[in-house]
Amino acid sequence: VDLRYTEAEEQFRKELREWLAQALPELPPKPESDDWPARRAYDTGWQRMLFDAGYAGINWPKEYGGRGASLTEQLIYLEETTLAGAPYVGVNFVGLLHAGPTLMAEADEEQKRRHLTPILRGDEVWCQGFSEPGAGSDLASLQCRAVRDGDEYVITGQKIWTSFAQVADFGELLVRTDPDVPKHKGITWLILPMDTPGIETRAINTIVGSSEFSEVFFDEARVPVRQRVGAENDGWRIAMVTFGFERGTAFISDLVETNRMIGDLVMLATRVTRGSATAWDDVALRREVGHLQAEMDALWAMTKRNLAQAERHGVPGPASSVVKVYYSELLQRMTDLAMRILDRASLSRDDLGELASGRFVEERLRSTSFTIAAGTSQIQRNIIAERILGLPKG
Amino acid sequence: MDFELTADQVALQEGMRAFCAGRFGIDAVRGLADQDGVERGAWRELAEMGTFALRLPERDGGIDLGWADSVLVFEELGRALVPGPLVWTNLVAGLVDGAASGELVVGGVERDDPSRLVEHPGHLDRLVVLDGEGAWLVDMAEVDVEPIAAALDPLTPVGRYRGELPTGERLVDATGVEALRQQGATLVAATLLGVAEAATDLALAYAKERVQFDKPIGSFQAVKHLLADMFTAAEIARAAVYAAAVTLDDPVVGSVARASSAAKLTAAGAAIANGKTCIQVHGGMGYTWEVDAHLYFKRAYALEPLFGSRESCADRMAELLSPVG
Repeated sequence: VDLRYTEAEEQFRKELREWLAQALPELPPKPESDDWPARRAYDTGWQRMLFDAGYAGINWPKEYGGRGASLTEQLIYLEETTLAGAPYVGVNFVGLLHAGPTLMAEADEEQKRRHLTPILRGDEVWCQGFSEPGAGSDLASLQCRAVRDGDEYVITGQKIWTSFAQVADFGELLVRTDPDVPKHKGITWLILPMDTPGIETRAINTIVGSSEFSEVFFDEARVPVRQRVGAENDGWRIAMVTFGFERGTAFISDLVETNRMIGDLVMLATRVTRGSATAWDDVALRREVGHLQAEMDALWAMTKRNLAQAERHGVPGPASSVVKVYYSELLQRMTDLAMRILDRASLSRDDLGELASGRFVEERLRSTSFTIAAGTSQIQRNIIAERILGLPKG
Repeated sequence: MDFELTADQVALQEGMRAFCAGRFGIDAVRGLADQDGVERGAWRELAEMGTFALRLPERDGGIDLGWADSVLVFEELGRALVPGPLVWTNLVAGLVDGAASGELVVGGVERDDPSRLVEHPGHLDRLVVLDGEGAWLVDMAEVDVEPIAAALDPLTPVGRYRGELPTGERLVDATGVEALRQQGATLVAATLLGVAEAATDLALAYAKERVQFDKPIGSFQAVKHLLADMFTAAEIARAAVYAAAVTLDDPVVGSVARASSAAKLTAAGAAIANGKTCIQVHGGMGYTWEVDAHLYFKRAYALEPLFGSRESCADRMAELLSPVG
């Protein structure tokens, strides 16, 4: 066991920090949250800056435009960019963290060459078409049909919770290619060009008032067979590869951000007044913040442990469900604590003068999605119980 | 950065687990309750295994290991519910002659502890007393202890001392005593981690074998989720405990005060919650003396206040977060 970073890793951290210090001031102003074309331009512009500086795809192989470095350097990258307040992956999320790793593991050489470097360069934005109105936690029961017609699949059906569909170039799409076999065995994974005729997207309004999710409707949309990844009807296994990445390493920057927010919450608590004192003088509230920080530190140690395991064994193990379930609930407790610290200041989603409170109120709302997205906490607990502890399926 | 155990550490862990399984099986441990929790022969065998001399240099009869190795040993001791003032004797093995060899049984207290309780009073040769000025060694013959008939944990007998504790012989100064508390918190956290894991194992085995409604109860999601939470709590605590140990070995990687507090807080929480859930999963049988579930639950509570309760760990974390001034 050794938690020290090597000299080379520290050097990487130092260079990255220097680069961030000169690159971040060059960024254009942040776009409005509902201006999707502007958000795409902003997020992909940042991705291009990273690519040109050699910081895109830290742990992706060099032949696909990545840096070919270790997961530890990826961790350092996520720590440093989050601490420096660099833009989040944004619309590049699916491409960088879901579709890209899946293509790397499962796609053929031509597909990899076609998509991986453009994803890293910010030239290609991806979305995910997995969930359906009737297939949420029971994802394998998905119904969106793809019927083979010569060299094409003809797709009819509906997807939901598709993030960034309004600005994506491609989608990772799960379709039913064989309705007559057990549900896990008739699913195929396709690369869907979003400009295919017969696709219609409609934005969903979330409880935050945001519109990152869409419904996507397919009316005999035709996708060439060569857009298939892996074998026909082998899509479920391929999708499981994606989930491993999603639950394993995709949360690291959220963890760093939440850790930083606890520090910001302390600063906030010292400014919210309670009679003649501040919220930070309230022993009970302070203790809760301390408790959360202890758990956060433990979770961060656990993340490093998982990463060490992933580095050694190739893919994140089912222990990533442990991080996911614990982190999402911790975040919700933290944002609830923030509301209690803010007291009546929590009625406003805008900052109140000097008080940087708006972000915490918004995060309280947004955090409710964390125990739902990427597998609900209930599903995660089933995974822990069945796949790690070996309990029988119900 | 490498967070995985080395081959030597895995061997140490397995060796200690095998030793505990042979010498401290649950029946043997229950048997120790009749001897107030400590038996001299077993104590010497623990010493021969290196339990107390882990970090002493070889020339002093030690095995020259670090904190990262020590927590693995204490995790196993906790898992097997081995009773006795193991942490105290280990902590002062380099400071008190006879502790490392198992010749002396050494316990400890905080001088300002208002409960005035001391664990395993009938077996202690020496008592380490911590206060703001340092750590002090007191001969138990000079301490007047009134035994308490019913202890919370049947394997952690307690007594209450009368009058003032003697000043004793100084072992470490005020700076040293703070380090001792952080080291103690880490070793107790490791022991609690073992308790949390053992409670999970016991509940899991029962959930797989106990049949109701024609199915093992572990096939019902309501029970599954209890077990998933037990496993999760123990894994989070494990990461914190190992991180605290690594920080003690190599303080460059973080703050010992912070890491030991996080370890103690999460491990105590995991052990208490898992002990409780272990009783729950066993249903009515979990409420009986015969089933071992209560032993984990009680040990978890008996260890929790040592070197800082969860509340004091949380307060310490908050203090470390506090903006300066």
